[in-house]
Amino acid sequence: MEQLIEWIKQPWPWYVAGPLIGLTVPALLLIGNKSFGISSSLRHACAACIPAKIPFFQYDWKKELWNILFVVGIFLGGLIASLFLSNPAAVVVAESTQQDLAQLGITDFNSLLPADIFSWSNLFTLKGLFFFVIGGFLVGFGTRYAGGCTSGHAIMGISNLQWPSMLATVFFMIGGFVMTHLILPFIMALVGF
Amino acid sequence: MEVREKIPANPVECEAPNMGKSGESGWKLLRYLIVGVLFGIVFVKAEVISWFRIQEMFRLQSFFMYGVIGSAILVGMVSIQLIKRFGVKTVSGEPIKIAGKEFRKGQVIGGFIFGLGWALTGACPGPLFAQIGFGYSVIVVTLLSAIAGTWVYGKFSDKLPN
Repeated sequence: MEQLIEWIKQPWPWYVAGPLIGLTVPALLLIGNKSFGISSSLRHACAACIPAKIPFFQYDWKKELWNILFVVGIFLGGLIASLFLSNPAAVVVAESTQQDLAQLGITDFNSLLPADIFSWSNLFTLKGLFFFVIGGFLVGFGTRYAGGCTSGHAIMGISNLQWPSMLATVFFMIGGFVMTHLILPFIMALVGF
Repeated sequence: MEVREKIPANPVECEAPNMGKSGESGWKLLRYLIVGVLFGIVFVKAEVISWFRIQEMFRLQSFFMYGVIGSAILVGMVSIQLIKRFGVKTVSGEPIKIAGKEFRKGQVIGGFIFGLGWALTGACPGPLFAQIGFGYSVIVVTLLSAIAGTWVYGKFSDKLPN
């Protein structure tokens, strides 16, 4: 048992994590005919809290309560993993990525997110503006405009052989490459790294 | 009550529509919470909620995220094929239905915009929830901003090319 817990505490390889994530697709379908998708929860949050008579948010969000519970579960899963299953060792980041990021000014490579950026003390700075406020806005606006995110399009959509989902995924990746290679260096300089 | 009449039978372009015919309440809904918990644990344990993993991916310096997403798609694809081929039903006996995705310009423009945000925040919507649960409480700000972005899209959706 202790060995098992020890093993669980190690970071899981991709060939364990990927298939488990993939199994969410049939799990949700078999439990109750639900298509895997996460960004829709943000829309349900708008529909439930701030619909403001916008037609896009006029639908029966209570019918989609399962989706809200699913993301609450993800939150709790994160909490449980950090309390009981967390890996005490530092996160392993590819050597080349560390070098690239160090050149951009990142100094902390110990945890899942760099403390240089993701801390409360940065909230009311340019770092907070770009990485929390603008970044979050782009994620929410973009996923809704695209009609899905990595889960709804890349995993659920492609699994169901939907070419629009493949197209969306290609553009998720293009957006990510453009940000990482062309825009991020300027943002890092601008926010004071 | 005037608003109620405008409610469509199914929310348009909702990518995770509820295809279940029977209503679910109480403990039946808890099953989704449990799936979410397991999913969240996998997210953390595979470190896919890490900003660094996303950077590795977009810098093509690690196979990790490609392995995760690729094998997830493979398992999802095989599962859906099996469900379709054998006409598998839900636990309550309903035939399984999956809505198709129609092409819209949003998948290109919105997809690109999401990609920009993905590389900045190091998270798609799912990992945001897991990051907050893991203890990065400041990500609540990112999440609220993502909800604001969703709202702004909803507000102007009829004026955007689609």
